[in-house]
Amino acid sequence: MEYILILISAIFVSNIVLSQFLGICPFLGVSGKVSTSIGMGAAVLFVMTIATIVTWLIQHYILIPFGITFLQTIFFILVIAALVQMVELILKKVSPPLYQALGIFLPLITTNCAVLGIAIQTVAKDFALLPGVVFAIANAIGFSLAMIIFAGIREHLVLMKVPSGMKGVPIALVTAGILAMAFMGFSGLV
Amino acid sequence: MNQVANFTKGLLKENPVFVLLLGMCPTLGVTSTAVNGLGMGLATTFVLVCSNIVVSLVKNQIPDKVRIPSFIVIIASFVTIVELSMQAFVPALFESLGLFIPLIVVNCIVLGRAEGFASKNNVFSSTLDGLGMGLGFALALTILGSVREILGNGSFFGMRFMEGDAILIFVLAPGAFIVLGYLIALINKLRKTA
Repeated sequence: MEYILILISAIFVSNIVLSQFLGICPFLGVSGKVSTSIGMGAAVLFVMTIATIVTWLIQHYILIPFGITFLQTIFFILVIAALVQMVELILKKVSPPLYQALGIFLPLITTNCAVLGIAIQTVAKDFALLPGVVFAIANAIGFSLAMIIFAGIREHLVLMKVPSGMKGVPIALVTAGILAMAFMGFSGLV
Repeated sequence: MNQVANFTKGLLKENPVFVLLLGMCPTLGVTSTAVNGLGMGLATTFVLVCSNIVVSLVKNQIPDKVRIPSFIVIIASFVTIVELSMQAFVPALFESLGLFIPLIVVNCIVLGRAEGFASKNNVFSSTLDGLGMGLGFALALTILGSVREILGNGSFFGMRFMEGDAILIFVLAPGAFIVLGYLIALINKLRKTA
């Protein structure tokens, strides 16, 4: 039951993109087509889950025992950056098809604040390891969901007549605002 | 003259938020009030100036291959300094900015300036560049925060100027996207006519 609550609240109620504003850059940048946004969503799911597990272990077995929790930001960002590189290398060797599919998105994820944001939140919310992993997966699903819906809308948006000043990013932002309004309908669900 | 341009380009011509569209997450996330926007902008300015100075000082010592990780460590150190100082001196602001303070480290503006400008230029130009970009970011966040606070809360920098309810949606998440969308459209229009 606890896991279902975590899932629903992270995917719908406090959606990582539309209500917490994390991962806006890929949300606006690679949401032109549904197929690329699915790839990006899968890459985020992969990296976010692994990064949360590793940072959780670092927090509980290195930072807290040695009393250096103030170094959290430096530790986490370095670990995530190294991790993304490592995942890229391993994927290339072990599963070339998966690397083909996710490859171009992986380097982009290092500077994706969603991964660091969720790693910090998992630790700040005092989750145990397993609920923490569920939380990370739920947020990654929420990210993919928002991204895919938004890409679907933007595919139609190119065919519409938009006032010249609003073309491109402005109309995308206003659309995202309306999408966020729709997601507000879920508040109070959990 | 060139140095003046280094400073002023970040304010308007290459404004990180309105023109370059960098650092969108804090821009949207913390600007529910003008004070939050200004606070976040100044915190980022501090990190930007300090990291630009240090990067341009050590640029010749860092091997090219480990350039990016080194920059990240430099930036993360200054973010930690900001984080701890804000927690100590302005705890209320620290609470309301929350998660977005450690996230300055992944703000693309900071790494972008370190890699794109400070690693190629001298200390003085890099300082001005960081200051200009940071203040441009702070300016954009303050404008966005002010508009949202005026429309959504009926107040400006915390001073209420009207009775009753305002349009609450503007301080909530959808308002951030919509106000920024229209502000960018407005600025595109102004840049075209200018």
